[in-house]
Amino acid sequence: MSAVTGPATLDEICAVAIAETFRGDGEILCNPIGTTPIIGGRLARATFEPDMVMTDTVAFLAANTLPVGDPDAERLIEAWMPYRDIFDLLWSGRRHVVMGASQIDASGNQNLAAIGDWRRPKAQLLGLRGAPGNLVNHVTSYWVPNHSTRTFVPAVDVVSGPGYDRVAGLSATVRANHEVRRVVSNLGVFDFANDERRMQVVSVHPGVTLDQVVEATGFQLVVGDTVDETRLPTDDELRLIREVIDPRGLRRAEFGG
Amino acid sequence: MTEDEVVAQLESSMTIGIGGWGSRRKPMSLVRAIARSDLRDLTIVSYGGPDIGILCATGKVRRAVYGFVSLDSIPLEPHFRQARQQGTIEFTELDEGAFYLGLLAAAHRMPFYPTRAGLGSDMLTMNPELRTVASPYPDADGEMEEFVAIPALRLDVSLIHMNRADKGGNGQFLGPDLYFDDLFAKAADRTFMSCEKVVPTESLLDEGTFHTLKIPRLFVDGVVEAPRGAHFTECPPDYERDEAFQREYAATARDPEAWAAFADRFVNAPSHAEYLKRVDQRTAERAAEGATP
Repeated sequence: MSAVTGPATLDEICAVAIAETFRGDGEILCNPIGTTPIIGGRLARATFEPDMVMTDTVAFLAANTLPVGDPDAERLIEAWMPYRDIFDLLWSGRRHVVMGASQIDASGNQNLAAIGDWRRPKAQLLGLRGAPGNLVNHVTSYWVPNHSTRTFVPAVDVVSGPGYDRVAGLSATVRANHEVRRVVSNLGVFDFANDERRMQVVSVHPGVTLDQVVEATGFQLVVGDTVDETRLPTDDELRLIREVIDPRGLRRAEFGG
Repeated sequence: MTEDEVVAQLESSMTIGIGGWGSRRKPMSLVRAIARSDLRDLTIVSYGGPDIGILCATGKVRRAVYGFVSLDSIPLEPHFRQARQQGTIEFTELDEGAFYLGLLAAAHRMPFYPTRAGLGSDMLTMNPELRTVASPYPDADGEMEEFVAIPALRLDVSLIHMNRADKGGNGQFLGPDLYFDDLFAKAADRTFMSCEKVVPTESLLDEGTFHTLKIPRLFVDGVVEAPRGAHFTECPPDYERDEAFQREYAATARDPEAWAAFADRFVNAPSHAEYLKRVDQRTAERAAEGATP
């Protein structure tokens, strides 16, 4: 079995699940943060969303498909996008970001600021970063590589990125801008596409049972009558991931590899 | 000017803005000069990196104002974390775009700028002094939308680091991102700028196009020539981040004795030239130890 046709592993299934969050986005800034999300974003653009623009993670929009974690890769630069322009662009709404979440709850509230009481936290994390502004301006998805009752919690300690319950009372503009499209974890894919805007199971990854997902989640998930299995990467997607986007296998680091 | 001459212009309890971003193009020789001075109770306003970390670890900070504090290749700044977790500093944590608007308001002498950033999040809970403001104009549904009014982040002094400058204070960045250094300069009553190299005004276009001349001298009050002045943060195209050194810096947060030794040898080096000599010695030691660079 060649490297390209060998069976897909969990890291690759997750990258494809993240790529799927961008389906239908068209000509926006695809802005995934972190190795697995970046692989997913680059894969989406290299296959079914060719109109998206993407950064080289420094200060440029690169039109070519870059290998992840390679600062020396040759870039086809199509625009200059320093940090200030990122803010100007995100306020325009033409962006879909994939962020991490140290904690996330049933309404999609995300915490990457601090664990414990924020006045004097048990663990100070990154800070609010851009999450408050992102969520009220454009589409956001989350990547959580360690799905457990410590990450999928009844209530987050700090709301960095507001979820559906928090924006329900805000202006029509904010509610129109706000969309937590999907949460992808190492166990499955989740969204909020129900009347209650509560996290529901879209699919579980191959080899994962629904019971496992429910047990690893600290709140009641909405579960439909049928639960799909997350789709496998196509041969072309596997080739792109393994040969073009992540030839050095950096994606395995988050999966204990 | 020298770093110590800049610090002589500063006073305890001042609000000081520091340019750069995370562990990128930080005016580290000026930060160290503050760290070894008698100044205290400072309010530090920064897209934070080791500037906030070092000033927290040396007890200079009363309040940190930030959107994040990170070493980039090491996501969490350990000395800053320790200060937050031990409760030794006050803090104002903002959305990083809101922070930009605070600088912009200060630069424009406006009391605030409105934004949606922060609505629905705990930014308003964590900062009860933040107010909202209603739009005077109805939206499409006739609603007067409510915004967060980000107060001006007015600064007593800003410190920035550029790749090149002339002695009159015209600064030039040659890397991929100016970050918000021009706004830090405009938001401050006085700005001191360190640079890799002072060049004659007529040489300012030798290494970069006119687009790189974003810091005009009317916003700069003093220039310090500090080659490798951003070390150990990155300062492209002049140099990359010194990752091995940054790892050593970060590791000292776990051990007070290790921090004391690190601070004594590096932070308290009496001059920038002496600091560089000690850094080069340390790099040679590391090579002799066979560590990866």
